[in-house]
Amino acid sequence: MIEFILNNRLIQTDNLASTTLLDFIRYDENLRGTKIGCREGDCGACTILIGGMQNGKLDYMSATSCLTPLPNVNGKHVVTVEGLNLTDRLNQAQQAMVDCSGTQCGFCTPGFINSMCGYALTTVEPSLESAVSAIDGNICRCTGYKSIERASAILTEKLLEKDHSQPLDWLINNNFIPSYFSKIEERLAVLKSDYTSNEGVPIGGGTDLYVQKHDELHDMNLNYLFDKKHLNGITFEGKRCVIKSEVTVSDLITNSILLEAIPNWYNYLKLVSSTPIRNIGTIAGNLANASPIGDFTIILLAMKATITLTNKANENRKLPLKDFYLGYKTLDKSNDEIISEISFELPSTNSQFNFEKVCKRQYLDIASVNTACTIETNGENITDADFSIGGVGPIPKYLEKTSAFLIHKKMEPSSILQAEQILQTELAPISDARGTSDYKRLLARQLFFSHFITLFPETIKMEDLI
Amino acid sequence: MINIDAHNHVKGKSIYLDDIQELQGTLYALPFDATVAHAKIVSINLESALNAHGIETILTAKDIPGENQIGGIIPDEPLFADGEVHFRGQVIALIIGKSEHHCRQAAKLIKVVYEELPIITDAREAQAKNKLIMPPRSFTLGNTSEVWSTCDYVFEGKTEVNGQEHLYIETQGAYARPKEDGSIIISSSTQGPTAVQRMVARVLGIPMHKIEIDTVRLGGGFGGKEDQATPWAVMVALASQLLHKPVKMAMHRMDDMRMTGKRHPYSADFKIGLTKDLKIIAYEVTHYQNAGAAADLSPAVMERTLFHSTNAYYIPNVLAKAYSCKTNLPPNTAFRGFGGPQGKFVIEAAIVKAAESLGINPAVIQKANLVVDGNELSYGQILQQTEAHHTWDECMNSFQYNLQKERVETFNATNSRFKKGLAVQPICFGISFTNTMMNHARALVHIYHDGSVVVSTGAVEMGQGVNTKLLQIATETFGIKPSSVRIESTNTLRVANTSPTAASAGADLNGKALQMACNALLDRLKAVANQDFENATIAINDEVIYANDLKTEVTWHQLVTKAFTQRVALSENSHYATPTIHYDKTKEKGHPFAYHVYGTAIIEVTLDCLKGVYNFDSVNIVHDFGKSMNATIDNGQIEGGLVQGIGWMTLEEIIYNDQGRLVSNALSTYKVPDIYSVPKQINIKHLDTAGHELAINKSKAVGEPPLMYGLGAYFAIRNAVKAFNPNVDLAVNAPYTPEKVLMDLYKKA
Repeated sequence: MIEFILNNRLIQTDNLASTTLLDFIRYDENLRGTKIGCREGDCGACTILIGGMQNGKLDYMSATSCLTPLPNVNGKHVVTVEGLNLTDRLNQAQQAMVDCSGTQCGFCTPGFINSMCGYALTTVEPSLESAVSAIDGNICRCTGYKSIERASAILTEKLLEKDHSQPLDWLINNNFIPSYFSKIEERLAVLKSDYTSNEGVPIGGGTDLYVQKHDELHDMNLNYLFDKKHLNGITFEGKRCVIKSEVTVSDLITNSILLEAIPNWYNYLKLVSSTPIRNIGTIAGNLANASPIGDFTIILLAMKATITLTNKANENRKLPLKDFYLGYKTLDKSNDEIISEISFELPSTNSQFNFEKVCKRQYLDIASVNTACTIETNGENITDADFSIGGVGPIPKYLEKTSAFLIHKKMEPSSILQAEQILQTELAPISDARGTSDYKRLLARQLFFSHFITLFPETIKMEDLI
Repeated sequence: MINIDAHNHVKGKSIYLDDIQELQGTLYALPFDATVAHAKIVSINLESALNAHGIETILTAKDIPGENQIGGIIPDEPLFADGEVHFRGQVIALIIGKSEHHCRQAAKLIKVVYEELPIITDAREAQAKNKLIMPPRSFTLGNTSEVWSTCDYVFEGKTEVNGQEHLYIETQGAYARPKEDGSIIISSSTQGPTAVQRMVARVLGIPMHKIEIDTVRLGGGFGGKEDQATPWAVMVALASQLLHKPVKMAMHRMDDMRMTGKRHPYSADFKIGLTKDLKIIAYEVTHYQNAGAAADLSPAVMERTLFHSTNAYYIPNVLAKAYSCKTNLPPNTAFRGFGGPQGKFVIEAAIVKAAESLGINPAVIQKANLVVDGNELSYGQILQQTEAHHTWDECMNSFQYNLQKERVETFNATNSRFKKGLAVQPICFGISFTNTMMNHARALVHIYHDGSVVVSTGAVEMGQGVNTKLLQIATETFGIKPSSVRIESTNTLRVANTSPTAASAGADLNGKALQMACNALLDRLKAVANQDFENATIAINDEVIYANDLKTEVTWHQLVTKAFTQRVALSENSHYATPTIHYDKTKEKGHPFAYHVYGTAIIEVTLDCLKGVYNFDSVNIVHDFGKSMNATIDNGQIEGGLVQGIGWMTLEEIIYNDQGRLVSNALSTYKVPDIYSVPKQINIKHLDTAGHELAINKSKAVGEPPLMYGLGAYFAIRNAVKAFNPNVDLAVNAPYTPEKVLMDLYKKA
């Protein structure tokens, strides 16, 4: 039995666990406001909100219901557009969208409304930038977005008054959300929140498996890990950051210690998919899917991350992330093992981290090439270097030779130019939808240069390299 | 007036195809398609699929009671492949089962044996092998061959422009339910209900009067549901007819992308001749249209390419020729602009080539050749009420182009990594279906005796706001409140023999018909009012009757009731056909367009020359709306059309491999603009003009023209690339993806 609150109603269902929340909402519950656009998390028409208790407090987030299996909302509050409607007037997000003509054909609109209401629920420092960020996973084909941007500005203006001590009450009193929200916390408290499954293919947020194997999952036994408490949490042991496997990208993008320790952390992670996907996409999923272009994999490779695999007997095995990838979609992992933990050292005072990604579209896209590096210097010389790159071979690649070459080299253009020659020998790109192999080689060079131009602007100039 | 659907849209209450409440026992249909691009079908084995759990039946060509034919212009497209397949994604069979999941499981069990045939995916290759959809057509003005020798400058070149996926967020779909006596109702997400009705009749072998097509609204169309909504509706109709059960299809995105056609890719050769004072006096162009495996709307799209081959420029000697080339790709189809954008792209590229060769700003050549009143276009239409110069001058002045140009030049002189590019994009777009016989519409208006009004027309609402404009026309003509008027679904029983909602003409044609119907009713009601106010001039304002401008005690409701009791007809059906237009295809001359829409845009881009990525800083537009009857909706069309045009020129890259397989087959591999890829600033200024009599309320058609401002995005990026890498010869090959940009930035001379 899976139990959750859908809008204002308690749901208790024996539906097949692998059913997506989207299908359940539309066809079991007949709530047709949530739309189907792509079933792969790329359009946002099916965006809903999920509310759950986090550190003793009810927190909401947007998510794509097309990629969310039912057990992932067990014990939670699920909100669709119908659950955001007020009885006698429009809510503030709806009103702003109407006033700015932010809706034309209307098919994407409920998804936008959910993202905007999610923003209203979660924002602590309202700004146009964060309002737009909240709708970064919603595609509209009609408006050209300008009217939606104007609606976001109006919404932000209104949210500047938000009372952060009693946010729900304030949002209810100011017509952002309906009043039943005030009772959700106590109603969730009495739900049986554990859904047990431990057999079958491990699945986290579903953001990759439901894209790749939608049909097969329907009849498969799955081991739902997303909400397992022992697999959640970010901790710090001295300079070492330990991430449990079900931590999401959103958990990481909002972590204050990481934000402080790694300049631009937010901007790097903003390049990873979109808000509703970051909210549910897990770190272990990104590593285990073994995509040669997984953004997080590339980031963690350059941080020399270590992963811990745990088998059914609860035995742990640690290995460097770079040794985890044996070949295209082949991992050093038995079927019996799951990734339970990832850890890495935060950059030291002498070292700097950078991440670069270029794709057709700058956001919500898969990279043509992505690359990360950690470079340690003593002022003049490079004392340590770790480079990784994706999209140019069968696996997300730790650049052994390029990294080794750079150690003890002077930080000057000639070192970089020589290293780039070595870099090219470590690449084996193929031509595909993300670009020709020639392009990927050129782009790899450019982004390799960009690491240095970005991190050492005083010493390394673009003109010295190109 | 705000879009009348807006409230329901934001509340999630608007009903699209997949939101219709299913009848009990509704079955699901899944098309099963070819996995090779060109082959003989040796055998189809359905046996194990038919025995799969939850499967009702599987239909193929042999199950069709009527004709296996859905070609609209040319009968060259079977509903189900019969004997041969001509593109990957061509439907071979229709699986009908209890759910989509059941059908998908069964699909894996169907075995088709193919004998593969040679595959052509390239338009020029098809033309060389004489694989044409129809004979080529040519438009001629003056005599180019006689003037080349008098030109001071002559330039030649080649262009490529790719197709574009419509990516309506609502995929294709239809839902058929049997009625009594062998008739059938089909809800279809279509821009052309009559086209669906006609093809259902043909395939089922039944008369059109047994077929009711109903369309409430579309979750986006953009031309992709003009002709290509038809096959899916015909399929569910067929299944429903044969099984006597309701049958529904709402396509999966990847099936939709794989099976449906897109905007046509074109390849072209051009030759342009100018005098010393930069007047273009000769232009020759040959277009190679990649039509795909069947005609679909390609002949009409090709025609519009020819009509718009000289964009907003007057060129006295023109030879424009076009081939519609048959390839093994899904049949390409209508897409906002309908071949016009591809025609304009080539002349813009030709002007840029001339300007680059002469070392001048292309804008100088553009301006020197803009059309003026009295100019004859290559197809014989003499232009009147031209606004090309007005929009150009207004755009240059209002947005201070000269200052912007200086600023860009200074920026480029002082920055090595980032370069800016600037382009000006004038447009001139003809309004009317180029097929004259399609320019008609009807409106059916009922006034119920409680005073409420219901309107039916042939127009389909797809986000463009046509229903809002229709409501405005009805309320303004009658002088009643918006809440008293309801715009009903588009239904072939209420309004018959409609043209599709396309060609930007939906509001003009249906709005004019509606205006006629409302006026006819109003005349009858006024006559009733004159019984109490003899010889007075009657007017209605806010549902109150005025006699000789004096407010009376009589309300709209009372007047209607009185008319009803006197047995006055309170329903009216009016027919409108655009006057003045004609075209003679045998001479390729005539007056095909009711009027033209003009405008000018200035586009600025900033390019990161290290990474090859770009952002648009601003697009400033002066547009000729005539007298816009709804500035909110019209501005929305400009912004949306512009961004769609920019998408086509930049990110949106359709990739087929040489086996005819769509590689960009999902939203993860085909990228449309997101909120971060649109220009930081879009400024729209309305040109103050008188409007045109043939435009509804003098408010000019607005759907397609703004897409073509997006062409400037291509040339703005090119200018930025040139600023970084000035001395190389660059190809013209849209879209200018970050990949092509980076390759061009580092291309060696």
